[in-house]
Amino acid sequence: MKRARVAFGGAIHEATPLDRAGVAAVRLADGRVLGEEEVVWLPPFEVGTVLALGLNYADHAKELAFKSQEEPLVFLKGPGTLLGHRGATRRPADVSFMHYECELAVVIGRRAKRVARAQAMQHVAGYCIANDYAVRDYLENWYRPNLRAKNRDGATVLGPWLVGADELANPGNLELRTFVNGALTQRGSTRDLIFDIPYLIEYLSSFMTLDSGDVILTGTPQGVQNVLPGDEIVCEIDGLGRLSNTIAADPVFGR
Amino acid sequence: MLSIATCKFRFEVAPFELSGAVYGTLLNHRSALAALEGRLDKPPYNAPPRAPVLFVKPRNTLALCGDAVEVPAAAAELEVGACIGMVIGRTACNVSEASAYDHVAGFLIVNDVSIPHPDYYRPSVRYKARDGFCPIGPKVTARAAIAQPEALTLRTFVDGALVQTAGAGDLVRSMARLLADVTEFMTLAPGDVLAAGAAAPAPRVRAGQTVAVEGGVLGTLINPFVAAA
Repeated sequence: MKRARVAFGGAIHEATPLDRAGVAAVRLADGRVLGEEEVVWLPPFEVGTVLALGLNYADHAKELAFKSQEEPLVFLKGPGTLLGHRGATRRPADVSFMHYECELAVVIGRRAKRVARAQAMQHVAGYCIANDYAVRDYLENWYRPNLRAKNRDGATVLGPWLVGADELANPGNLELRTFVNGALTQRGSTRDLIFDIPYLIEYLSSFMTLDSGDVILTGTPQGVQNVLPGDEIVCEIDGLGRLSNTIAADPVFGR
Repeated sequence: MLSIATCKFRFEVAPFELSGAVYGTLLNHRSALAALEGRLDKPPYNAPPRAPVLFVKPRNTLALCGDAVEVPAAAAELEVGACIGMVIGRTACNVSEASAYDHVAGFLIVNDVSIPHPDYYRPSVRYKARDGFCPIGPKVTARAAIAQPEALTLRTFVDGALVQTAGAGDLVRSMARLLADVTEFMTLAPGDVLAAGAAAPAPRVRAGQTVAVEGGVLGTLINPFVAAA
């Protein structure tokens, strides 16, 4: 089942999608039906450890002039960087290259410690879309990718729905698309992942225990592009919906 | 997002418990930066670090005083990184150096345990993110009980022998400056921990040894290191 976490009328609610005469709407657990712009969208689950993959699509690795890796390039993110659907992400005035990254996010549902590839998918609760922004001006060669480039406030967008694992027939063959102000700028398929989902769970759980709510952002394909204040970025993945985000300038954040 | 290891860790000052988010800082002790003298502007780094060099210790790494740290079979030794950790008391977003400590609830000892690794360029997370690789504690000492955080000193003992002494006075960025520079781009929430950086060279420890990090008013964080089951 698709479900979201939204704030409305002074409380946080579980919400499910509803098509109301062709207009996107949500139904709260208490029965209220609301337009998608009437609620505040939060990341769709209680997020634990955030693990993100760098260069996990061969085409994107090539785009950034990297050679393929023997071991997954994993980095970690903190809770302050998370943002829900329809939020605003700050672009500092002094930067020249900030880009989106549309990614399939895999949400762990059951504790995983030294899990073999064959059993790995039993530990997946579901999936959502991630938009994992990077500010390349701040990238340094110390513990790459450094947190100033990849762990900024509001720069990791998750949502809009958590889609149950039983609802997604083949997470290894989903098309990803990003639109900037309506124009298609990024397109790829999860079948081109260098390290696939079962491998990533086997690899990570070989040295760290994964717990319910931990999430693996599986990397982005080629097609990243600079974005500017006012731009609307929509990331789509087959079966998971569309995750929208707007770029905002410093004054919005009192900077 | 607390782990089982740390949900029983409480302290006597607001917010009374940790959030589970722990950030560490590298190359922030003068000795650590000095150890790279001559390499900072050479490949693969090409330039000395500008922003704080940060890393995340995820919730699975957190452990308490007395917990055993497992030395994986593939590693002959582990590195211990005794750090002073600031526990955030009030949401810290873009704070100034002068007001930084207003956002700190207290201080504690953080032992950033690592598998020794060759460089700082893009190390695998498996060097630092293993289960139990971040003992913290034994308590949180309230900010109000520490007149001069810059005077805090950590002494690391392996099986009772003093192997390292490192003072907060020798940090490249003072703890207040570090908090200002980090919160410029990432907001820290109550219960988050920001560790200020270990000295070099990192003491090495083998399975069968016990590490004690003594920090004066911070208490002593003691952890046995054992062979992985």
